[in-house]
Amino acid sequence: MSLKKIALTELDRFFSAIALKKKIYLPVEKAGQYDYAPWEPGITYHPEVLHTVKSAKSVFFPQSEDLVRYKRSGLSLAIAEVPPEDEEFVVFGVHACDVKGFEVLDRVFLSDPVDTFYKARREHGTVVSVMCPQPEETCFCETFGIDAENPGADVQARICEGTLYMEALTGKGEALLEELGGIVAEADQNGEAAGEGKDAEAYAKGAEEHKKIMDKLPLAGLTTEGFGAEADLLTLFNRPEWKELSSSCLGCGTCTYVCPTCQCYDIREYNTGKDIRRFRVWDSCMYSDFTMMAHGSPRPDQLQRFRQRFMHKLKYYPDNYEGAFSCVGCGRCLQKCPVSMNIVKVMKTLGGAAHE
Amino acid sequence: MSVNDTVDTAVNAEAKEWKPKIVAFCCNWCSYAGADLAGSSRLSYPADVKIIRVPCSCRVNPMFILKAFERGADGVILCGCHPGDCHYSTGNYYTRRRMTLLFSMLDYIGVERERTRVEWVSAAEGARFSKVMNDFVAKIYELGENVKVGDLRCKQ
Amino acid sequence: MQAVSAKIIERAKELMREGTVTKVAGWKAGEFFYDAEPNIFETPESLDGLVYNRFCASNLSKYMIKNSAFESAGKVLVILKPCDTYSFNQLLTEHRIDREKVYIIGAGCEGMCDIDRVRALGFKGITGIDEKGDGKTLVVYTLYGDGEVDIDDVLVNKCEFCKGKAHKIYDELISENEDEGPRGDRFEGVRALEAMSPEERFAFWQGELSKCIRCNACRNACPACSCRKCVFDNAASGVASKANTDSFEEKMFHIIRAFHVAGRCTDCGECTRVCPQGIPLHLFNRKYIKDIDEFYGTYTAGEEAGQRGPLITFTQEDREPNSVSDKGGN
Repeated sequence: MSLKKIALTELDRFFSAIALKKKIYLPVEKAGQYDYAPWEPGITYHPEVLHTVKSAKSVFFPQSEDLVRYKRSGLSLAIAEVPPEDEEFVVFGVHACDVKGFEVLDRVFLSDPVDTFYKARREHGTVVSVMCPQPEETCFCETFGIDAENPGADVQARICEGTLYMEALTGKGEALLEELGGIVAEADQNGEAAGEGKDAEAYAKGAEEHKKIMDKLPLAGLTTEGFGAEADLLTLFNRPEWKELSSSCLGCGTCTYVCPTCQCYDIREYNTGKDIRRFRVWDSCMYSDFTMMAHGSPRPDQLQRFRQRFMHKLKYYPDNYEGAFSCVGCGRCLQKCPVSMNIVKVMKTLGGAAHE
Repeated sequence: MSVNDTVDTAVNAEAKEWKPKIVAFCCNWCSYAGADLAGSSRLSYPADVKIIRVPCSCRVNPMFILKAFERGADGVILCGCHPGDCHYSTGNYYTRRRMTLLFSMLDYIGVERERTRVEWVSAAEGARFSKVMNDFVAKIYELGENVKVGDLRCKQ
Repeated sequence: MQAVSAKIIERAKELMREGTVTKVAGWKAGEFFYDAEPNIFETPESLDGLVYNRFCASNLSKYMIKNSAFESAGKVLVILKPCDTYSFNQLLTEHRIDREKVYIIGAGCEGMCDIDRVRALGFKGITGIDEKGDGKTLVVYTLYGDGEVDIDDVLVNKCEFCKGKAHKIYDELISENEDEGPRGDRFEGVRALEAMSPEERFAFWQGELSKCIRCNACRNACPACSCRKCVFDNAASGVASKANTDSFEEKMFHIIRAFHVAGRCTDCGECTRVCPQGIPLHLFNRKYIKDIDEFYGTYTAGEEAGQRGPLITFTQEDREPNSVSDKGGN
């Protein structure tokens, strides 16, 4: 393991060095809320912020993107393809839940038929994950086997005692840290001179302390029992509790749009008067016009739409992707749902072991 | 034709050096006839004004005004029968309240107040129609291009 | 509020047992103290899960559209706070609720708290909240230490500018507090914006609205937004874009959303409360309310059922749209 470090106070220098060569996305404050946006001089990174409103998926799978443009001149129709991303970029500050969220999207967008737009961004993006700061009571990533202390990605980082420690996990990550050779320093490892492995110690201790908090989280005991590939689809589908659970649902798209794993989109067209832009936009299964067909909506009631969302996360997705769940326990929906209905309540009501 | 198409035809007459694009919604019974009279009386008004005929000023809902701006209009004017003279008795009274609130809202979000206007023009007022349009266009020339409320995709 | 809560549960059980109502719309205790969700209770036993506390800010009147529909059997009991009754009246005015099918318990309210404001004060990992006996302080327990907050500092926006504690419609009242009239000046924020220059106002709204993710929470939570099919969901309308691809779309959406409820909005504050991006959407609605009050005389939507709203009436002397002066600082 090769550990690199940089003092938090030096972060601006670090971002500037990256920004010289490529775009760097990180959580940026805008009118009191945080979302991923490109870094520019003057923007400060706030390591204490746990969640952006929209998850980091918006960097790889933006809420809206053009796919193709048509232009008519006289009798001919010209089709202009929108080229997929071809520039390298860095995403900084992604926490463990959002990193795993990328994997959930990867299984969908990178399996056949491959989504070229998403794939191009994934290939050109280098993800620097950071161990999350103080987790909230709404966090339950461990339920889905996520290791919050070791978020993974191309470069994995932890902030301990005012220093950002980074460790490259992939070739892309190594290349990034190499490029930054003049900015980041080697951390002291065991047995070496100077600091006598002080850095490695701080790095390990940071994780230990974080783990202690993780174990104390009120949702720490939540299990996926009763869901996943082994659960019986029809039994789950026909549970009478769906009715009461869905009775409060307003049918807005908040949970979907803040979710790091929701991947449904709609394709629309916009006539600019000069050309037609065909673009895709995030869609929500909570909406009445979701998957609207000529005969109408296949899910005419909110009960069915509500059930769809949670069945997808906890049953259909695991069925399709070797048992993996399509929830990473980030807790955004717990904090943002206008009526406080969320996946934890669904899991506790319908799940196997949660009734204690 | 949809609202989009209608508005497009009106605003997208090609522009080389900047010329304002102005959409005028005119009611069928008074103002449109007023425009007609202006024409047959050989009174001029700028060619930047594109008229969209509506059955009554009351047919114009706030979305139409915003749509015109979206697709590149620099000014939007709504003309109807004088209060009390509406072909449908009271349509323009409702228009008056709606547009008052809408214009106040546009001002509130920081859009120049003078880009929107409501004028009452009767079928007999060809001269007034011409004057109203000349005044409005002069005002929009003064304000310059509308950059605050429009869809950038329509401008590229 | 605990006493009120206990009485509500007791009465709801009685009314259900004696057959006056078949369902109860209230709040169900959640995972944490602050996340009770609206719920339809169908058995007297399930009512033990009903709660009424400082975090029951959601407005239940909109749920009555579905639950009082004619195919719905029996009466439904609904718990309404004073401000919720305005929305209920407005829905009655618009014939969206069948009054005969609803039994209203007017619940006393001392102001609801906003968990996001508690979080904004720096509390993380909140595991519990207690209300002190003085009714002025919340004790907040967190994973990282405990603390206290002044309730006045964490009120939901709508409660900061409470319309008053009097219920406008009810079948019975369970309340312990007196009406003290409105709290604060609710047009304060609108005035502050009006006093800015057009450029400042434009920058303010650009900053706020560019956060919008078009989740439609503001629309769907709004009791006045009760159209069966919204124009923004109608693909044939030409305005139904599901995302803000251009900054124009967010302005269009929010101006029109507020316009469609102008004269009908009771200022219940749900739009601002539910916005995941913390956009002060009430500033749109209150602007329309303020203008209506100034131009056409003070009007309170939902004050009583059956009123005629200001946009579906007129006088011959109404002011001209062009006379809306530039209120800006220059």
